[in-house]
Amino acid sequence: MRLTVNGSAHDVAAPPMARLLDVLREELRLTGTKEGCGEGECGACTVLIDGDPVCSCLVPVAQAEGAEVTTIEGLGGNHPLQRAFAGLGGAQCGICTPGMIMASVALGPRPSLAAIRRGLAGNLCRCTGYEAIYRAVRQGGGDGGGAGEAGRGARRRDARKGT
Amino acid sequence: MFAAEPDRARADGRATGRCNQERNVTAVGRNVPRKDGAAKVSGEARYVDDLTFPGMLFGRTIRATVPYGRIRELRMALGEGGFTVVDHRDIPGRNAIALIEDDQPCLAAHEVRHMAEPVILLAHADREALQRARVDIDYEEMEPVFDPEQSPRVLKTLLIEKGNVERALARAPIVVEGEYRTGHQEHVYIEPNGVIALPEPAGGVTVYGSLQCPFYVHKALVAVLALPPDRVRVVQTETGGGFGGKEEYPSMIAAHAALLALKSGRPVKLVYDRAEDMLATTKRHPSIVRHRTGVSRDGRLLAMDIEVVLDGGAYVTLSPVVLSRGAIHAAGPYRCGHVRIAGRAMMTHTPPNGAFRGFGAPQTQFAMEVHMERIAERLEIDPVRLRAKNALRPGDTTATGQRMGDDCAAREVLRLAAGKSGYARKRRAWQGTNRGIGVALFWHGSGFTGSGEVHLKSRASLALSETGVRILVASTEIGQGTRTMHAQIVADALGVPYEMVEPVQPDTAEVPDSGPTVASRTCMVVGRILEECAAEMRERLGGLAPDEYFRRHGPVVVTREYRKPADVTWDDATYRGDAYAAFGWGCDVAEVEYDPVTYQIRPVRVTAVQDIGKAIHPVLAAGQIEGGTAQGLGWALNEEVVMRGGAMANAQLTNYLIPTTLDTPAMAVHIVERPTPHGPSGAKGVGEMPIDGPAPAVVNAIRQLGLDVRAIPATPERIMEAACASP
Repeated sequence: MRLTVNGSAHDVAAPPMARLLDVLREELRLTGTKEGCGEGECGACTVLIDGDPVCSCLVPVAQAEGAEVTTIEGLGGNHPLQRAFAGLGGAQCGICTPGMIMASVALGPRPSLAAIRRGLAGNLCRCTGYEAIYRAVRQGGGDGGGAGEAGRGARRRDARKGT
Repeated sequence: MFAAEPDRARADGRATGRCNQERNVTAVGRNVPRKDGAAKVSGEARYVDDLTFPGMLFGRTIRATVPYGRIRELRMALGEGGFTVVDHRDIPGRNAIALIEDDQPCLAAHEVRHMAEPVILLAHADREALQRARVDIDYEEMEPVFDPEQSPRVLKTLLIEKGNVERALARAPIVVEGEYRTGHQEHVYIEPNGVIALPEPAGGVTVYGSLQCPFYVHKALVAVLALPPDRVRVVQTETGGGFGGKEEYPSMIAAHAALLALKSGRPVKLVYDRAEDMLATTKRHPSIVRHRTGVSRDGRLLAMDIEVVLDGGAYVTLSPVVLSRGAIHAAGPYRCGHVRIAGRAMMTHTPPNGAFRGFGAPQTQFAMEVHMERIAERLEIDPVRLRAKNALRPGDTTATGQRMGDDCAAREVLRLAAGKSGYARKRRAWQGTNRGIGVALFWHGSGFTGSGEVHLKSRASLALSETGVRILVASTEIGQGTRTMHAQIVADALGVPYEMVEPVQPDTAEVPDSGPTVASRTCMVVGRILEECAAEMRERLGGLAPDEYFRRHGPVVVTREYRKPADVTWDDATYRGDAYAAFGWGCDVAEVEYDPVTYQIRPVRVTAVQDIGKAIHPVLAAGQIEGGTAQGLGWALNEEVVMRGGAMANAQLTNYLIPTTLDTPAMAVHIVERPTPHGPSGAKGVGEMPIDGPAPAVVNAIRQLGLDVRAIPATPERIMEAACASP
């Protein structure tokens, strides 16, 4: 199977029903994507498939074939949302952070507080009480931070994930 | 509200090789970039499950399937080769997890006392083969006890007495009584517990793990494995949340992984999935607290008789000290001449309850603050006025006889919270509507209780390096900002830029034992020791910058030990004296909306005013307050551990519900700074206090709706019961 992750193509050996999460973490060694519950509740494993946020623990790798998968590593470390999460206290223990940032990318530019709360409702954080995350998303998504290639699925957000 | 200021350019001592001793830009009090920020937002930070080692096996724990019984027979169907199997006979040392008492076995030998008790360990290279393996154990079942008040076994009792309670109660014109209950709470750190153990070629073992207290794990491993201390090394990996849940249980997991690693001769990864983590690891102690309070007609507290019962679970673990902190906080931040607090922690056949943010104090203060509300209702006095009348002030003494210093800010936080939230106006305006507003006043002691810090004898070190100075402490970063906050304290005390200070990952082979990362002690207690290290180092440097001194003279390490402040005294035997070197003070006002059709209570807004002495890093401090408040709201409203037959029946995030973005209300945080002489720059603890207030504030808001709720979580079922019972 061929998988496109963060813009590069990879041949993967995993069986088609392997969890995308395991393929990313174990076969491609992209360990930035985390596992928090393994049942699609916590959102720590959120990645983008063609711009849409998904829980990679629920997605068989076969479903991602031919699609563009974006993980936290694909943002490069200097994305406005990444800077804002680091600077405004949006990341504490950091385990939900990659998934939270990927879900925030999918919100698109300049999301309202209501849109942030709805869009991140599938991502659990136990450290922050979410207030600092809202501040980070509002700053980091302020001037196009949430736009760009990776965020183009924002329009379809509600159909895939969110509440 | 707490916008981070950009890290301003400043004079850097490195240019001249001199310390900038007169720097007017300091690190303390500023929102410097957190040391681990970049790694956490880029995905580069390495948590235990992100690590692999050549030849690594995976571990699995076979647990009891009855709450109380004797092991009769054991059958294994492993299906294929390549398994490593460990039972109690493979333990070279003591079969106990060393803590306060050594009563909890590492692996059950003949008897099991709870449903998650580990019996057999398996390891295999293939995780699927590991899951397919079957181990069946037959038990001779015995009658379990689940109700702590029916239990024949006491884990710990204590008594705090001041004045003559019986006489004062007999003379009081009004006596208000009540019983209050709180349930288990699961920590739900988003990263489950896990470790990797590596056998060392020269003998011994190294453990990498998600944990709060490297030296607790070290001590437990030395005892279980019967190894010399220098053959056991514990390294904390990046840790995805703790909240107390990674205080004592990692010792158990580390012992299991180490036994498998030593027997197989291979690295063994033992990482729990969410269900196992929720089933097996510790929870907040459920509590029953009874109050009998004598009050004057104008609302003065004349006598307080308080009974505290905690459900400790199957083994002693940390219950004695949870009970101790809970009991000391049980009379709340109030002045009263006659107080009796009788506490007991009872054994039940459930997994041992343990450390959880607040450590007993949230349970007892929930009871105190809902009871205060009921006293206000009975006397028809405004709840804020009742609290203001009785709140501790400088010069007053607590139930243990501790005299309050000038930093006692109970009345100040109350006044600010009431004012900022518009409490009085909203309370009037919302009478008879489906909106309610409630207040809770609370306090929280920083550091270990009583003489705990004296016994710990914590040490911390600073070491010069090529680039500046390294912080050597066992205090762990678990999200709260340890690395950043310690570096700020050291930077200012040493007179060097924040960037020159590098915290080291806790590794028992490298850092001194600065005690566990618990009890709101990492800033006030360990931070103070580091401050003293820095002062000594500054003298050694004689004006040279650290890197320059290192280049010219080579390595220098400065180590200091905790020194008890002369004015802090405590008697372990009588429970009299200064229970804590400092108290933080907090007041929460919660606003809720009630849906009389679904019986759902929705928190709308929380105003949290907290005195923490000094906010070393305002953004991080606010993060502790906001996060602790949300966790307290979860405990108050959503989080219900359903125990059936001694096991958690809802051990998954699908039906154990922690607050999401949509459940968490707007929060207005206001930090008050009343410095303590015992902390760096006056700082007190901040980690735990925020979880003391939300639950009683929410329940008091619910009470304004005419619903007589005295137990949490206040789920729709419980609200329905109250609604049906109300006239």
